Amino acid sequence: MNDINMPPHRGGTATRTAYLGLFMALAILMGYVEAIIPVQMPVPGMKLGLPNLVIAAVLYLYSWKEAVIISALRVVVIGFLFGNMFSITYGLPGAVFSLLIMAVLKRTGIFSIIGVSAAGGTAHNIAQTAVAFLIVKGFPVRWYLPLLMIAGLLAGTLIGFADSLIIPRISPEAHAK
Amino acid sequence: MRLLKKTDILLIAILAAIPLGMLAFNAISAMNYDETRLVILKDGEIYGTYPLTDDRIIEIGDTNICEISGGEVKMTFADCPDQVCVHSARINSYGGSIVCLPNKIILSIENAEEDEDPNAPDAIAR
Repeated sequence: MNDINMPPHRGGTATRTAYLGLFMALAILMGYVEAIIPVQMPVPGMKLGLPNLVIAAVLYLYSWKEAVIISALRVVVIGFLFGNMFSITYGLPGAVFSLLIMAVLKRTGIFSIIGVSAAGGTAHNIAQTAVAFLIVKGFPVRWYLPLLMIAGLLAGTLIGFADSLIIPRISPEAHAK
Repeated sequence: MRLLKKTDILLIAILAAIPLGMLAFNAISAMNYDETRLVILKDGEIYGTYPLTDDRIIEIGDTNICEISGGEVKMTFADCPDQVCVHSARINSYGGSIVCLPNKIILSIENAEEDEDPNAPDAIAR
């Protein structure tokens, strides 16, 4: 029997599955919270990316495999529930590319979650800009790319900072990883 | 997972320097513009070009309406649900652009002499 207080990255398959389900639900909930924030951003695509709070935490508590599954699924679910087809077409490549970059940077071991998440946020918006460039002919990349990179960097840094406070509280052992 | 290592600061600084450099480059190249105009692209093709000096309201198909007033351009109407372009910041002669992704409409400021723009092969014909 598993102890209820056991850290979420430990335990057998059933415990892991249950906890990953909870993280998935939390990511979707974050998407909802973000959808009801009424502030309109001056640059399209600019978002805080609250669900990434959960995705980055899963990356550190488990591995990139669990993180990429939850990340891709939440983009689709959040897109259907609170967004539209565009949030999925633009969000999915962004989420996957961002996670790839984060997994690689994490593996180097020289950055903390703050740097990893900052780069992830930037990568997310680079991928989104690339998709917009492919879909919309004449998309003004030279104006959107720098603005979205800065936005992604800020959001990613904030998310990483928050996660650096959250993760040790969920699992003191993830600290050492 | 120590809080903010030196390498993090370096990484964030580099990631900030790249877009800031791009923005600076954009702003400098915009300063050289003697005459700027609004170019409207719809589905990747030029819908029309308009001088910023004349105030006017332009209907773009049935889906969008934009307005030039006081040298600034703003999207005032879009039929899509997200209204991202309507909430986009105004653009003026220093450059910038407003994009409506659902209707594939792009408002951008371009130099009047920049007719050799590779994205706008129809510019000369008009």
